[in-house]
Amino acid sequence: MKIVNYLLLIVFVALLIYASSGLPNRGDVDATMHREKSPAGSPGASSYYIRNAYKDANTPNMVTVILADYRGYDTLGEETVILTAGLICYLILRKKRTRS
Amino acid sequence: MLKYKNNPIILLVSRVVSPFIMLFALYVIFHGHYSPGGGFQGGTLLAAALLLMRLAAGSEIAQLQFKRILGTPLGSIGVLIYFGTGFAALLSGGEFLNYRFLPLAGFTAAELRSLGILMVEIGVGLAVMAILVAIYDDLLEGYPHD
Repeated sequence: MKIVNYLLLIVFVALLIYASSGLPNRGDVDATMHREKSPAGSPGASSYYIRNAYKDANTPNMVTVILADYRGYDTLGEETVILTAGLICYLILRKKRTRS
Repeated sequence: MLKYKNNPIILLVSRVVSPFIMLFALYVIFHGHYSPGGGFQGGTLLAAALLLMRLAAGSEIAQLQFKRILGTPLGSIGVLIYFGTGFAALLSGGEFLNYRFLPLAGFTAAELRSLGILMVEIGVGLAVMAILVAIYDDLLEGYPHD
C-alpha cells in the first residue's frame, strides 16, 4: 500500500512539474494575464487597478487597495472564516462544565 | 513536564521583547497603506506577543494581560468593525463596502476610501489577534499545569 502512495505522489509531482513548464516567464509582457485586454477583447481588470489605484484611494500600496477596497467582499469572507474557525475551536475544545 | 514557569531568564527576556513585538505589529497594521503589511500580518504579530507572555509566564499569570474570556468577543467585535464600516456606507446612500459614502464630512472621495481601508484593517487585526489567542487558550483548556 505504501508503494502505491509513493507512486501516486511521484506521478502527481511529475504532473505539476510538467504543468509548470507551460507557465509564462516572470514579467513576460506578452503573457495573457499581463495584457491590457483579455483574449475576448474586453479591457482587463488588472490594468485598471494599476492605473487608478492611487487616484481612487489615495494609498500608495496597490495591494492594500485591491485587498480592502476593490475586493472588500473577499476580505470580509476571509475574516468570517477566521472567526468561524475560532468559534468552532471554542465549541469543540471547551469542556462542558458539569453542574454539581 | 518542564518547569519553564520558574525560569527567570525566559520570563525577563519575554517581558522585554513582547512590547516591542506589539509596537512592530501596530506599525505593520497602520503602515499597511505604504508598505507590505496589513491587518492579517499585524494581527498575527499581536497574537505572537500575547502568546509569548502566555508561554513564558504560564497561562494563569498571563490572564492579567489578556483574559481568556475576551478572545471570542473581541474577534466578533473585529468582524463587526469591518461589517459596520461597509454597512455605514450602505446606510448613507452607497453600495455595501463602498467607502466613498462613509458619513464623514470634510474629506474627498479618495481620502474617505483611504480611511475606510484603515478602519477595515483595524477590524481585521483585532479579529485575527483575538481568534489566535482564543484558539491557543481553547487547546490548553483542561491541562492542570499549562
